Amino acid sequence: MTEQALTPEKTADKKTWANLIQAAGILPILIVIVIIFSFIAPNFLTEANLLNIVRQASINIVLATGMTVVILTGGIDLSVGSVLAVSAVTAMAVSLMPELGWAAVPLALLIGLVLGALNGALVAYAGLPPFIVTLGSMTTLRGLAYLLAGGTTIINSKIDFAWIGNAYLGPLPWLVIIAFLVLLGTWFLLRHTVLGIYIYGVGGNPQAARLTGIKVNQVLLFVYAFSGLLAGLGGVMTTSRLYSANGVLGTGYELDAIAAVILGGTSFVGGIGTVVGTLFGALIISTLNNGLTLMNVSFFWQLVVKGLVIIIAVALDKYRHKGAGART
Amino acid sequence: MTVAAPVSPASAPDRAPALEMRGISKTFPGVKALDNVQLRAWTSEIHSLMGENGAGKSTLMKILSGAYTADPGGEILIDGRLTPINGPKSARAAGIAIIYQELSLAPNLTVAENIYLGNEPKQYGIFADRAIMRQETAKVLERLGADFGPDTIVDTLSIAERQQVEIARALHQQSHILIMDEPTTALSTRETDRLFDLIKRLRDEGIAIIYISHRMAEIYELSDRVSVLRDGAYAGTLDRAELSAERLVQMMVGRPLSNLFDKHSHATDRVVLDVKGLTDGGRRVKPANLTLRAGEVLGLAGLVGAGRTELARLIFGADRIVGGEVWLEGQRLNLRNPLDGINTGIAYLTEDRKAQGLFLDMSVRENITISVLGRDALAGGLLNRAAMDRLTSGSIQDLRVRVAGPFVTAGSLSGGNQQKLLIARWIAINPKVLILDEPTKGVDIGAKAEIYRIISELAAKGVAIIVISSELPEVIGISDRILVMREGVIVGEVGGSSGKQATQENIMALATGTTEMVQS
Repeated sequence: MTEQALTPEKTADKKTWANLIQAAGILPILIVIVIIFSFIAPNFLTEANLLNIVRQASINIVLATGMTVVILTGGIDLSVGSVLAVSAVTAMAVSLMPELGWAAVPLALLIGLVLGALNGALVAYAGLPPFIVTLGSMTTLRGLAYLLAGGTTIINSKIDFAWIGNAYLGPLPWLVIIAFLVLLGTWFLLRHTVLGIYIYGVGGNPQAARLTGIKVNQVLLFVYAFSGLLAGLGGVMTTSRLYSANGVLGTGYELDAIAAVILGGTSFVGGIGTVVGTLFGALIISTLNNGLTLMNVSFFWQLVVKGLVIIIAVALDKYRHKGAGART
Repeated sequence: MTVAAPVSPASAPDRAPALEMRGISKTFPGVKALDNVQLRAWTSEIHSLMGENGAGKSTLMKILSGAYTADPGGEILIDGRLTPINGPKSARAAGIAIIYQELSLAPNLTVAENIYLGNEPKQYGIFADRAIMRQETAKVLERLGADFGPDTIVDTLSIAERQQVEIARALHQQSHILIMDEPTTALSTRETDRLFDLIKRLRDEGIAIIYISHRMAEIYELSDRVSVLRDGAYAGTLDRAELSAERLVQMMVGRPLSNLFDKHSHATDRVVLDVKGLTDGGRRVKPANLTLRAGEVLGLAGLVGAGRTELARLIFGADRIVGGEVWLEGQRLNLRNPLDGINTGIAYLTEDRKAQGLFLDMSVRENITISVLGRDALAGGLLNRAAMDRLTSGSIQDLRVRVAGPFVTAGSLSGGNQQKLLIARWIAINPKVLILDEPTKGVDIGAKAEIYRIISELAAKGVAIIVISSELPEVIGISDRILVMREGVIVGEVGGSSGKQATQENIMALATGTTEMVQS
C-alpha cells in the first residue's frame, strides 16, 4: 500500500503558502488602489499621508476585528456603532467628574463588554437571530447615547486619556499601535487557542460543534462580548481624539466594519475567514476615503465609489476562488 | 501497490471499442490519483466502473469529460481514432456526455431551454427559435418516454425527471458515450427501475454507457462488463459471466470477502453500561433497558424510525432524558448535554456525518483533535500543537486514512475517509462506550472492511460498542448479539445467549412485528 501521507514539514510549508495566498486575497486590490492614487491624487504618496490613512483606519480596524470574530460564528453585530456611542458618551461624562476622571476608560470598556454580553446572551441563550437582536440593540443603544448626552455634545478639553487619540510612540500614533495590538491579539486567539478553533467550529457546523462537546452557547456569548468590548475601546479611541462625545458618534460605523470583514474574505455563512484579511479590507476603505478626499471628490461621490469598489473587490475575489477551485 | 497482469475480458468484441483509454495517469500536487489506467468500452454495452471512494473513478471520468487534463503520455481513442480531449468542448465534440451526481440544470428555465442552453437555434441571428427548440425537445423526450413536456419548468421536476432532462440533453448533442456517475443515489426504487429500463434501451440503441456505482445489485442487473480501479490503478475487467461479489470485492479491496468480518468475540463479563428504563417521555423512545459489557459489540437493528438513533442520543446526553437512568461502571450519570457524555467516556458517532459530524472547511487535524483540544490544551487555553500533530499522524496511520496531509480540509476527502476522521475523533477521548450510528453509510466496500476491522480492534481493547445499522448482513457480521427495536421499544434480542439465532429472518420478524402477529 502506498501511503500518501506527506511528511508534516512539507505540508506545513505548503499550508503556509496556501494561507498566505488566501490571506493575501484582497491585498492585490489594495496595492492597485494605492498605485492609482499615487498617480492621480496630489500628496497621496507621502509618509505623513500614508500614516494618516492607517490612523484613520485604526478605529475601523478595531471594530472590524470584533466583527470578524462574530461573523466567523455565522452571526453579525449591527450594534457596534451604538455601543461605541454609549461608551464614548459615558467616558466623557465620567471624565468631567473630578473624583472619577480615572474611571472613564475602564468604565467605557466595561460598558462595551456588558452590552456585548447582553447581545450574546440573547443570541446564545434566548436563541434569537443575531441580526434581529443586534438591530434592536443598535436602535435602543443609539437612543440611550442621545439620552446620556442630554441631546448635546459633551466636551472636555482636559481628559487624562487624550494621549490615546493624539500622542505618538516614536513615529507611530497610539491609535495605530492599539489597533495593531488588537489585531495581533485576536489573530493569536483565533490561531493559537482552543477557543479560536471552537469559534471556527461553531460557525462551520453548530450541530456538530454541540455533539462534539463544544459549549456553543459560551462561545457565542464570548464573541458578542468581545465585539462589544472592542466597540467600547473604539468609543474611547474616538472620544479621546475629539475631546468630546455626542449621541451621533459612530453612526454607520457598523457598516464600514462589516464592509472591511467582507472585503477581507470572511464568509457570511461562518467558519471561514481571517483577521489579516479584515485588516486589508479596512485599509482599502480608509485609502479610498483618503485618496478621494485629496482629489476633492465630493462626499456623495465618495460613497458611490466606495460602494462600487466593495462590490467589485468581492466579485473579483469570488471569481479568483472559483478559478482556483476548478483547477484542483 | 502493483497489480498482477490485468484480467482481460474474455469476450471482448472484435470491433474497435467506442472508447479506449490507454496509459492514463493524473498527478495532483502530493497525490498520484491515477497511474497508468486503461478502460475499453464498446457501443451497445453497459460498462460499469467500480472501485472504492478515492480509487480514481471520478478522476478518470473527469478526464474523459474534459474537466481535468491527464498527464502527458496517455491516449484516448474514440471509435479507434486518437482523440485528444483537452476541455469540455472537445469532449462534447467527441460525443461524450456525463450525467453528474449533482445535476447541472438551471432550475428556473424550461426543459427545452435547458437542453439548448448555450446552443440555441437563432432566428435572424439573435432571437432563440423557440418553435424549433420545442419541437426537437419534444422528440427527444418522447424517445426517453418522459412524462413531461418541453415547456415544463425544471424546478417543478423530481430528481428522476431532471436526470431524464440531462440524458435528453446528452442525446440531443448526439453523444454516443454516456457516463452516469451514481445516478440512483437520490432515486426511489420505482424511479430506479425506470432509469434502468431507459439505460438498457439506450444501450440497445447503440450507445456506450459507462456506469459508476457502489451498489452490487445495480452492477449485477446492468453490467455487460465491469472494470475495477484500486488505489488509482487498473485492477482488471470482468465479463458479465464472470461476475461475482467475491471477485469484485477482492479486486476492489485486494483481499477476499470472507475476511471482512472478524468473527472472534472479545466480549467480557464486566458490565460497563447499564441503561434502566431510559425514555424521552415516550415520544420516540419507550422506557428501554440494556446492558453492555466491556469488549462487547452490541448491534441495534430495526427499521428506519424505530427509535434507535433517539435511544443512542439519550445515552450520549444529546437529548433531554425524561425518565430512567444511565449507569456507567457502577456510577449513575447525570447527562444534560453531549459534553456530559463525553466527559464520562461515552462517544456517539452520528448517522449524518456531514450535517452533524464534520467541520468541512476545517483541516483533517482540527477535525480529529477537536474533541480533545480542551483536555490537551496548554496553560491558558493555548493549543498544544505537538499533541495535535501526534494524535493526527497516529490516527491517520492507525485508521489508514488516505489524505494528502493533515492540513487538507475534511470536505475534500471521500466518504470513507471522512468517516474514519470522525471515528478517530472519538477514539481520541478513550471512550468506554462507543456508539456508532450507521458507521458505513455511504462508504465504499474497502472502507467498510476497514471500519469493521477498527471496530473489532477497539472491542479487543475492551471498549464497549453499540452499532446501529440498517444493513442486516453487516449488523449480523459484526455484532456479538443484537437488540431489535420497533416503534420505540426494544422488542427482542437475537444472537449471543438469547437462544435465537442472529439471522436476517429473525431480525426482520422482530423489526416488523410479524412474529407477534402470527402468535396472536
